[in-house]
Amino acid sequence: MNRINQKLAEDKKLLSIYFTAGYPSLNDTVKVIQDLENSGVDMIEIGLPFSDPLADGPTIQESSTAALKNGMTTNILFDQLKDIRQSVNIPLIIMGYFNPMMQYGIEAFCAKCQEIGIDGLIIPDLPVAEYREQYQETFEKYGLINVFLITPQTSDDRIRFIDSVSNGFIYMVSSASTTGAKNTFGDVQQHYFERIESLHLKNPQIVGFGISNNETFIQATKTTKGAIIGSAFIKHITNNGVDRIGDFIKGIR
Amino acid sequence: MTYQVNEKGYYGDFGGAYIPEMLYPNVEELRTTYLDIMNEPSFKEEFDQLLKDYVGRPSPLYYAKRLSEKHNTRVYLKREDLNHTGAHKVNNTIGQILVAKKLGKNRIIAETGAGQHGVATATVCALMGIQCIVYMGEIDIKRQAPNVARMKMLGAEVRPAKSGSKTLKDATNEAIRDWINNPVDTHYIIGSAIGPHPYPDMVTRFQSIISEEIKWQLKEKEGRENPDYVVACIGGGSNAAGTYYHFLDEPSVGIIAVEAAGKGVHSGESAATSQLGKEGIIHGCKTLLMQTPDGQITEPYSISAGLDYPGVGPLHSHLYKTGRGEFYSVTDDDAMTAGLELSQLEGIIPAIESSHALAIFNDKKFNPNDIVVISLSGRGDKDLNTYIDYFKL
Repeated sequence: MNRINQKLAEDKKLLSIYFTAGYPSLNDTVKVIQDLENSGVDMIEIGLPFSDPLADGPTIQESSTAALKNGMTTNILFDQLKDIRQSVNIPLIIMGYFNPMMQYGIEAFCAKCQEIGIDGLIIPDLPVAEYREQYQETFEKYGLINVFLITPQTSDDRIRFIDSVSNGFIYMVSSASTTGAKNTFGDVQQHYFERIESLHLKNPQIVGFGISNNETFIQATKTTKGAIIGSAFIKHITNNGVDRIGDFIKGIR
Repeated sequence: MTYQVNEKGYYGDFGGAYIPEMLYPNVEELRTTYLDIMNEPSFKEEFDQLLKDYVGRPSPLYYAKRLSEKHNTRVYLKREDLNHTGAHKVNNTIGQILVAKKLGKNRIIAETGAGQHGVATATVCALMGIQCIVYMGEIDIKRQAPNVARMKMLGAEVRPAKSGSKTLKDATNEAIRDWINNPVDTHYIIGSAIGPHPYPDMVTRFQSIISEEIKWQLKEKEGRENPDYVVACIGGGSNAAGTYYHFLDEPSVGIIAVEAAGKGVHSGESAATSQLGKEGIIHGCKTLLMQTPDGQITEPYSISAGLDYPGVGPLHSHLYKTGRGEFYSVTDDDAMTAGLELSQLEGIIPAIESSHALAIFNDKKFNPNDIVVISLSGRGDKDLNTYIDYFKL
């Protein structure tokens, strides 16, 4: 069983953290992953930096630009992660844009992920239709779970369709926005969370975008399986470096 | 072989809609409605009326006698430079603002590089009384001050794109991010034949008025609809797409695309996407684009601010790959010389983008009886400072 599915089967609300590989320093990647696991995080999304991250707000954009300036590449990331399964057990997901993966070669990329022990991929600009027609077979051949996004604007019909194509969890984007931290969720989000709950989907949902603290984590996970924090964590390591990761996680739950 | 977009939004291997789910409802709304809207009689009537009375169409097809004598062939210039706002861009913005109105949108966003598309968008927003926000790279804002002033005078808000390389591709990213954050009331007017399906096809159809007019104008002047060649410069490729459109399925018409070689195709400072690009994804479509081996999108260079886009529209990638189009690259120097030549032979100062198309005579020899139609996509007023610096005028 894929580590993601195992984790989803646990009876708890999951905390997943996104960070940009190669940030703040090129060789921080492995330390960040290890410290996150040691701090009790349930799942990690490793961001493969891209020059033109059009679904991301300023914080993640800037970390991507900095990581690329640090010299991060797909090859270097794979090299940094080659022994990661000797020290880390929680699910690891690579989140990135489609073009760098295409240039590496989709089959080669998936094979490398399997070799390293990557459990899934989140690719915001690979639409469901293209995935099903061209890539699903390859992803599944290498045991990778592909995670799709839904938003408050996604229709019930399309959510059900995405649910039918998914085999891990659904990434619930909290609001109509690019990535970025918010301090609280309003009525619109609450209604959206309730609407999704009432659909009784087969895949659990994990909420992302706009989660930054204990309050938003609790709000987001009231009706869902878990929450993903990205920008707020990146801000934390930008301001505090990578030696106080546990402090941030303690503040969330 | 077809050169029309297929039902999935592809031209051969290129196109599609590689967009985040956040944009799906907007793009899907457009995809399922744009053809119906464009075919409505009331839409056509308003579009045609505005092109005639506001833009000043049809634009002349002018037989350039002295230029023809110089190059020993028969050259016609399609005078898009005489349109209101000085370039072909307004054909598309008129069309899209009418689409936006039909969709009930009350806020318009656009990206711009040199500012021509931004001005054309700000113009139609003023015309319709709709709020307009134009994203422009911070570096381009400094380089293109007169167009920034024009947009402001027309009532648009110009927002600097401060991310990445701070130029056109980043302005496009910012516009896409704005659309993600404003999914209900906003229409995004893309300025070139790029972006997720249906944009390349929609923009091409609005620009296809160029080749539609060439056909009947040439019939009047020469007794035949089809020239031997149509020539256009390509950045993203909207004027080229419009110039080629009605000739794509006419094998007797040679299609010539001229890209910006900058300081030389292999100088490291170039925008010759067909020569330097590889298949990839940029701004929601699969096409040829300039990138590192690792798939990071690189910054192109051309003296012409309208041609330095790292990708090319998916139709053009298809024309290149199938061999339907002949692709040439013209350096800054050759383009500038061709611009000066046209000014002094015909009394027409062209935009530097268009000067690239005019430099085709260095690379391609035409027969004396060939009819060669060149798209003069814009006028040179906006480039005067560049011409002054280059020629020490």
